[in-house]
Amino acid sequence: MRIYIDHAATTPCDKRVVEAMLPYFTDEYGNADSQHYFGRDTAKAVADARETVAGLIGCKPNELYFTSSGTEADNWALKGVALHNRHKGNHIIISAIEHHAILTSADWLENNGFRVTRLPVDSTGRVSPKDLENAIDDQTTLVSVMYVNNEVGTIEPIRELADIAHKHGALFHSDCVQAMPYIKIDVKELGVDLLSMSAHKFYGPKGVGALYIRNGVKLDKLICGGGQERSQRGGTTNTPLVVGMAKALEYAVTEMEENNSRIAKLRDRFVDRVLAEIPYVRFNGNKEHRVPSVANFSFEFVEGEGILMLMDFNGIAVSSGSACSSGSLDPSHVLLAMGVPIEVSHGSIRFSFGKDNTMEEVDYTVEKLKETIAKLREMSPLFNLKTGGTYNV
Amino acid sequence: MYNQKVLDAFANPQNVGVIENADGEGTVGNATCGDIMKITLKIENDKIVDAKFQTFGCAAAIATSSTATQMIIGMTVDEALQVTNAKVVEYLEGLPPQKIHCSVLAEEAIKKAIEDYRAKQQNKSVDKTSIEYV
Repeated sequence: MRIYIDHAATTPCDKRVVEAMLPYFTDEYGNADSQHYFGRDTAKAVADARETVAGLIGCKPNELYFTSSGTEADNWALKGVALHNRHKGNHIIISAIEHHAILTSADWLENNGFRVTRLPVDSTGRVSPKDLENAIDDQTTLVSVMYVNNEVGTIEPIRELADIAHKHGALFHSDCVQAMPYIKIDVKELGVDLLSMSAHKFYGPKGVGALYIRNGVKLDKLICGGGQERSQRGGTTNTPLVVGMAKALEYAVTEMEENNSRIAKLRDRFVDRVLAEIPYVRFNGNKEHRVPSVANFSFEFVEGEGILMLMDFNGIAVSSGSACSSGSLDPSHVLLAMGVPIEVSHGSIRFSFGKDNTMEEVDYTVEKLKETIAKLREMSPLFNLKTGGTYNV
Repeated sequence: MYNQKVLDAFANPQNVGVIENADGEGTVGNATCGDIMKITLKIENDKIVDAKFQTFGCAAAIATSSTATQMIIGMTVDEALQVTNAKVVEYLEGLPPQKIHCSVLAEEAIKKAIEDYRAKQQNKSVDKTSIEYV
């Protein structure tokens, strides 16, 4: 049995999307910047894709810039805005639970003379607008807070945060990579000046993303090259992937309601069963402000990598934010920011459901999870110390 | 990232548990760092006749714990003291570089358990555990 419960890491590319992309690898291979008819045909496909994506997020086509990934979009937004505005101020604000694309871009800026404030979150992973209000000053040029956290699925109060940034003359960027499959984006309603997205999180291809840049917002270039993307981002336009992203987003938006309710049912059953049937488990996240896909748990007295691997032996793919699996010694920065005790955070697993999962898969996963946790606890000196080796205490 | 031998040792760990009234016992590591190993030994005439372990930690920590107990059963305590983490890693035909530190735990736990055994022999008591679980 192969069960994939790691959709926050990536999603399978929708077969209809693959179909739409295929001609642009073989027959329609022109460079979109070429002046002959090969190029003109391709340029038309790129323009259509741009118009589609722009229409679906409520912006103008000339406000959308294709990139190689969400990570590139995040790097560009953070570094581009900070560097362009350094004569105005040297302070940027992010949240403590951002994706590494933002965290390490902020570290890079810090190493290059900028001041960075990392906003704390509450125990459910929410940023408080009050904390932003306190942190922002007249040197702040950019605030960047993700719409949905990738590890726990918590939704952030973007509109309120954007309003505060604007009140103080700062720009607002949001990494919306994890939000796009589950929340209909309208950049005007959200109040963002810049927004990052990535196609492979919404059943599109890997290797393509986009940055929305509101008209009027200026930032430095990151990728220098030819005149592509209105001369703001060099590199031959990846026609098939751009076409695939547009097609995938179309499906994601039109089928969103149906997918969301299906996925939420799977997630709810999973969460209910885990909490009822496995002792010493902690749910990490927000029960109200969240996407339907993610369930993050800490299983006390055991370590995440062992859980991940035993589940993997059973054909079930999940993700661990714990120290050992990622090769670093630090446990999840998100869980630590949420106040999960460090020794508990080591035993954390993220389950992220998708539109193709079934109830049978959920039930099978719960059964295998129970066996896995019991097996590892039997081996754990901590569990035996705490309970004498039995669940019935 | 793990080789098959490590995967097998993790999937089917040997000598899991605690020996009652052990002749030597050692616990090393701490929960904050994400790994703890407890080892108990049954020793007759300075020879290790049984060894059991309990480990909180990643797959490499569990695999090396299991392997270390298998290696030392049948050894004299002096021989067991020569079992270094490098030898455990060699027995497993290698670990990913970032996992080498996990194998140190087994070596330290064995040393601590033998220390405990020798202390008991001399009728001294030493600190058997250093679990820092909050």
